[in-house]
Amino acid sequence: MSTMVATKKRSFGSVLWDYLTTVDHKKIAILYLVAGGLFFILGGLEALAIRWQLVKPMNDFVSAGFYNELITMHGTTMIFLAAMPLIFAFMNAVVPLQIGARDVAFPFLNSLGFWLFLFGGIMLNVGWFTGGAADAGWTAYAPLSTTSPGEGVDYYVLGLQISGAGTLMGGINFLVTIVNMRAPGMTYMRMPLFTWSAFVASALILFAFPALTVGLFLMMFDRLFGSGFFDPNMGGNAVIWQHLFWIFGHPEVYILALPAFGIFSEIFSTFSKKRLFGYSAMVFATVLIGFLGFMVWAHHMFTVGMGPAANSIFAVATMAIAVPTGIKIFNWLFTLWGGSIQLTTPMLWALGFIPTFTMGGMTGVMVAAASADYQYHDSYFVVAHFHYVIVGGVVFGLFAAAHYWWPKMFGTVLSDKLGKLTFWLFFVGFHLTFFIQHFLGLMGMPRRYWVYLEDQGLDLGNAISTAGAFLMGLGTIVLLYNIVVTQVKGEKVSGDPWDGRTLEWSIPSPPPFYNFKQLPLVRGLDPLWIEKTEGRKGMTPAEPVNDIHMPNSTILPFVMSVGLFIAGFGFIYQKDNLAWLWVLFIGMGITLGSMLIRSLKDDLGFHIHKKDLEKEAE
Amino acid sequence: MSEHDVLNPKEMPLNPEKGTLEGRNKFVGFWFFLGGETVLFASLFGTYLALNDSVNGGKTSEELFGLELVFIMTMILLTSSLTSVYAMYHMKNNAFKKMQIWLGITVVLGFSFLGLEIYEFTHYIHEYEFTLRSSAFGSAFYTLVGFHGGHVLFGLLWIVSLMIRNAKRGLNLYNAPKFYIASLYWHFIDVVWVFIFTVVYLMGVL
Amino acid sequence: MAEKVSATTAQIEYEKQKRKEEMKQQVITFALMIIFTIIAFGMVMAEMSKLFVIPVIIVLAAVQVGFQLYYFMHMSHKGHEMPAFMFYGGVFAAFLTILALVVLVWW
Repeated sequence: MSTMVATKKRSFGSVLWDYLTTVDHKKIAILYLVAGGLFFILGGLEALAIRWQLVKPMNDFVSAGFYNELITMHGTTMIFLAAMPLIFAFMNAVVPLQIGARDVAFPFLNSLGFWLFLFGGIMLNVGWFTGGAADAGWTAYAPLSTTSPGEGVDYYVLGLQISGAGTLMGGINFLVTIVNMRAPGMTYMRMPLFTWSAFVASALILFAFPALTVGLFLMMFDRLFGSGFFDPNMGGNAVIWQHLFWIFGHPEVYILALPAFGIFSEIFSTFSKKRLFGYSAMVFATVLIGFLGFMVWAHHMFTVGMGPAANSIFAVATMAIAVPTGIKIFNWLFTLWGGSIQLTTPMLWALGFIPTFTMGGMTGVMVAAASADYQYHDSYFVVAHFHYVIVGGVVFGLFAAAHYWWPKMFGTVLSDKLGKLTFWLFFVGFHLTFFIQHFLGLMGMPRRYWVYLEDQGLDLGNAISTAGAFLMGLGTIVLLYNIVVTQVKGEKVSGDPWDGRTLEWSIPSPPPFYNFKQLPLVRGLDPLWIEKTEGRKGMTPAEPVNDIHMPNSTILPFVMSVGLFIAGFGFIYQKDNLAWLWVLFIGMGITLGSMLIRSLKDDLGFHIHKKDLEKEAE
Repeated sequence: MSEHDVLNPKEMPLNPEKGTLEGRNKFVGFWFFLGGETVLFASLFGTYLALNDSVNGGKTSEELFGLELVFIMTMILLTSSLTSVYAMYHMKNNAFKKMQIWLGITVVLGFSFLGLEIYEFTHYIHEYEFTLRSSAFGSAFYTLVGFHGGHVLFGLLWIVSLMIRNAKRGLNLYNAPKFYIASLYWHFIDVVWVFIFTVVYLMGVL
Repeated sequence: MAEKVSATTAQIEYEKQKRKEEMKQQVITFALMIIFTIIAFGMVMAEMSKLFVIPVIIVLAAVQVGFQLYYFMHMSHKGHEMPAFMFYGGVFAAFLTILALVVLVWW
């Protein structure tokens, strides 16, 4: 059974079915990009609503309760439903290509991971329509979260549980792909830095997400089944939630930031036309950040009362992370040094990232000083700090990656002019929004308050901050416009528009669904560049043209996720009426039933035959 | 290697669970998953240890636990671990019938373990009115031990469906990795139980 | 990474013989595990000093789990480098988690 993808126009239904059933990592990447992009816009709108409420003192744009929902959903959406899936989008699109693999290790799980994320994300947002979304902050501290009325927090718990399961699968999938499926000659120390960072981030997912899973289960039992983990009246302890949440939550920061570092490393090297400076030190720093990232979670809890000994240990450990991060910053600067620099849009984002992220790191060391943190804690200083890190590090990285890998994913190149306009609007808007917030925080403005009083020195700062937020929104609109214009024009580009160095640029854009007709032979770091310097056009194949084994498409991942989505409602509403248990059983039945089908039905994939491959080449 | 060779290999390799790339991926991926599961159970153990004295005026672990039943359950589960080792020994020698028999014994032992656990829980609920809602200790106890019990149930359903599905066609390179990782899962369940009987039951009655 | 699919008869015989011996070791391991379990239960039932019993039964449990991992789950065989690495990564995170919840949660 060999199916060659026809390039002719297909009906909407067949395209939809194709995407619902796809197990191709490149299509799943597009699904992640679209879904993550939509949630990014949703989270952005929530942010704008927050800023509009704070534009002037004692504003009444939204009610206090709705404001709580906005800040909760903004944080949750941006971290779990925008940043994570967008990172996964680029990991899916690029990692298999960079290591010279034809697919990921578990195509089925890859698809399942995406659908779980999507239905979990929808679940989270259902709360808006059932009398209020989650309103206990994105950290959902007990007892605020366990006593929050309505179903908002229940949707938060179930939604994150479902999408978290998807993320865990994605993490394991990438680990195994990188361990088992590298092309001949692609040793660990020849892997591009983005692949390395994807590897370390996936390992962090593997070890961090189970703690969140358990935390969410405990919260679910407390809210829905009457257990008493976090309820002092039953002997419970609310601090357990904080530990479990941050044991997950701090590595999560690195799960997001490390792949962004990887993206920038690729971009600096490509557009400086130089090998990445200090490659092995960069790998070492990536691994070290991942390792240290596990031992610092309690710096989010300095004011909980853990005592001076614990606070000191976690403060020192936190500051230690500045060392590998500094190694990275200097290596990027040295990569630029003496290179023939091209100021393309991705490069502009990368250059904007260095000072921005360094400032986030600076304030990071400040808040890491436990005694000083008693002053900063829960103020806008902290808000400014983590936006400098997450937006300045991660979102800049995602924008850079979107411009850098767009040609590889879609075969067209985004307009450089509009791209630069996006950058300047967003970059200026960002600093306008958040730089002033450091000072608002130092002047005593607490985070999460829905109003502030007049004439306390907070008016002007907040107005500036709001203006900046709208500039960022404008930048995003320009990017969307750029995407639409580029795709409508549809000018095809070559496989290697940036004069790239790594394997993904050695194949056409977008790549054929089997990626590599013949697996490439990798002879060093930046394998394509090596071939280029020796006067060859492309990679030397490591094997003759042969039959290629590919996985079958399947609808089961979608069905499994729908089942869990349905079961989620059963879990939530059985607390009102036990008849809802039926919904729970039906949903779990659908999921377990499709798991059984998956287990019983052989799925051996199919082969693209040698003669079809040869025919296509003609 | 074509589909036919995977389902009807001319000869079984020495390690059939790693005979194909898919098999090797499953093998490595499942070990990684077990690494994640370790953190999952650690979070539950940590919660239990933080709350095991928070009895809220209700029953304490000394008053509840009896070691006889736990000892029997432990012996059953440990034995089932050995029987699944035997099953994998025969799998590697391509002795399908023997593998099925040993897996069958494993399943019987697993179900008897599960039966005893259910008996234990109902006993606590009816005799002592000790439930998930009694106290933070109750919540932590039932969640930790119940999570393990849920793993046992899932493992049993998994192994049974593999046995039934492949009963007629015997071993091949497609199902050998499946049997192998199911047995890894079963051993991991035993690993967790070793800590449960030590930390929950033995330390609970001390 | 790929293992050789076909092997000579001599090799197969050798492997089979090795496995048989290994199976004997597994049974010995099992016997040790049973003995360890009995010791642990016995010490608790004999109501020895808490300070002595707790560390000993935890060590016994850890050794038993080592047996499970290295003999029953074949982690001692080659080709288990990455699995072992990631599994111990999990054990490290697990250790920190338990330590934190035991040491840092007290009221």
